[in-house]
Amino acid sequence: MGVIYTETVVHSAPEQFVHEAPYQLVIVVFDDGGRLTARIAGSDRVVIGDRVEFDHERDGVRFFRKV
Amino acid sequence: MRPVAVISIGKTSFGAFADRDLRSLAVEAGQKCLASANVKPAQIEAFYLGNFAGPSFVGQNHLAPYVAGAMGITGVPATRFEAACASSGSAFYHAVMAVAAGIHDLVLISGVEKMTSQPTPRVAEILAGAGDSTGEVRAGATFPALFAMIARRHMYQYGTKREHLAAVAVKNHANGAKNPQAHMRKIISMEQALNGKPIADPLTVYDCSLVSDGAAAVLIAPLERAAEFAGMPVRILGISQTSDHVALDAKDDITTFAAVRTAAERAYRMAGLGPSDIDLAEIHDCFTIAEIIATEDLGFCKKGEGGEFAAAGHTALTGSLPVNTSGGLKAKGHPVGATGVGQICDLVLQMRGEAGERQVAKHKIGLAQNLGGSGATAVVTILGGVA
Repeated sequence: MGVIYTETVVHSAPEQFVHEAPYQLVIVVFDDGGRLTARIAGSDRVVIGDRVEFDHERDGVRFFRKV
Repeated sequence: MRPVAVISIGKTSFGAFADRDLRSLAVEAGQKCLASANVKPAQIEAFYLGNFAGPSFVGQNHLAPYVAGAMGITGVPATRFEAACASSGSAFYHAVMAVAAGIHDLVLISGVEKMTSQPTPRVAEILAGAGDSTGEVRAGATFPALFAMIARRHMYQYGTKREHLAAVAVKNHANGAKNPQAHMRKIISMEQALNGKPIADPLTVYDCSLVSDGAAAVLIAPLERAAEFAGMPVRILGISQTSDHVALDAKDDITTFAAVRTAAERAYRMAGLGPSDIDLAEIHDCFTIAEIIATEDLGFCKKGEGGEFAAAGHTALTGSLPVNTSGGLKAKGHPVGATGVGQICDLVLQMRGEAGERQVAKHKIGLAQNLGGSGATAVVTILGGVA
């Protein structure tokens, strides 16, 4: 569990992720104080201050969803 | 440490030049610089080259002797510096240190990048190499995305508005339109700036600097020898390079660049000056939000008030502290490796009173701020009028 510290929706993606755009990239602050750059699962959208929980992991990247 | 001066400058235009390769750009800037000081290649005691990603953009390594040799400079140390978008700022810092320490007298510093031969998604991927490849980049971050997250947080904490970001873009385009060497000489309206194509929310295409080709060069020497050369020397009063974590999520507060604050503090101390002594500045506006934050970190306005400072016109050509009279990275262009030295060239032009249509009235003390990545390298230089 954590809170959204900041976020953006990426429209212009790098080569590797062009087929996934637009996608939401976030920095999550975990309840224990750690921080991580992660993604929001699917087409859900979050704003700063929203609480999120772990959804799934893919290729070492963690995806979160709104609580 | 002995005082050091910029003896001469040389720049190519910045733009998209399909018929130019990396080496020809760097050679043009270097030769212009040497010619204007009436210095021969054989007099150069060391060559410092700033370049971010020549190996990725054009497939060429070993760039410093590759460029130096083409200018007729051999038999001296020729070294490439890489610090993302602060590559040539870093090359300049280390060259100034070498001359100040008495190791060399005449040193040529160049910066170059050839970016436009690659398609946009590939450019984004190469630029993302300046971020943390095992974390943020793997998650899908581009540089616009990282600065978009910085902008969102700055908006959240300080009430910065889209209109503030747009004001920076409108100003820098207006300045760039007066710069014959700028990549984009096009005035834009507030309405255009607010309705650009989205890149990474809240940033649109008008918040992002340009993908450009170009090169810039400066020649430095000990101040005591400045009179031997043609042209008007400009003194380096203070300079500092500092670092911070590469990953954005490793920083406690992303609404400020700690490396810029530290570099500024040290450069001001070296110069014996403070923010209120600065007449004009070239600031690293890779994104509009970066200019806003830098004006705060450099002490030109209070923390959180950078947006309002720009929107109120203080940083315009006719304002109390003109910022990016060249058009900045936004309009002049951002050939990544050339940007740091390019800023020094643009300041020197102003300080000599040679900036033409964009010349500002007060130009005795100038400051340049060059940023690498999302703030992992910062170089701040203070120049002190005609020596």
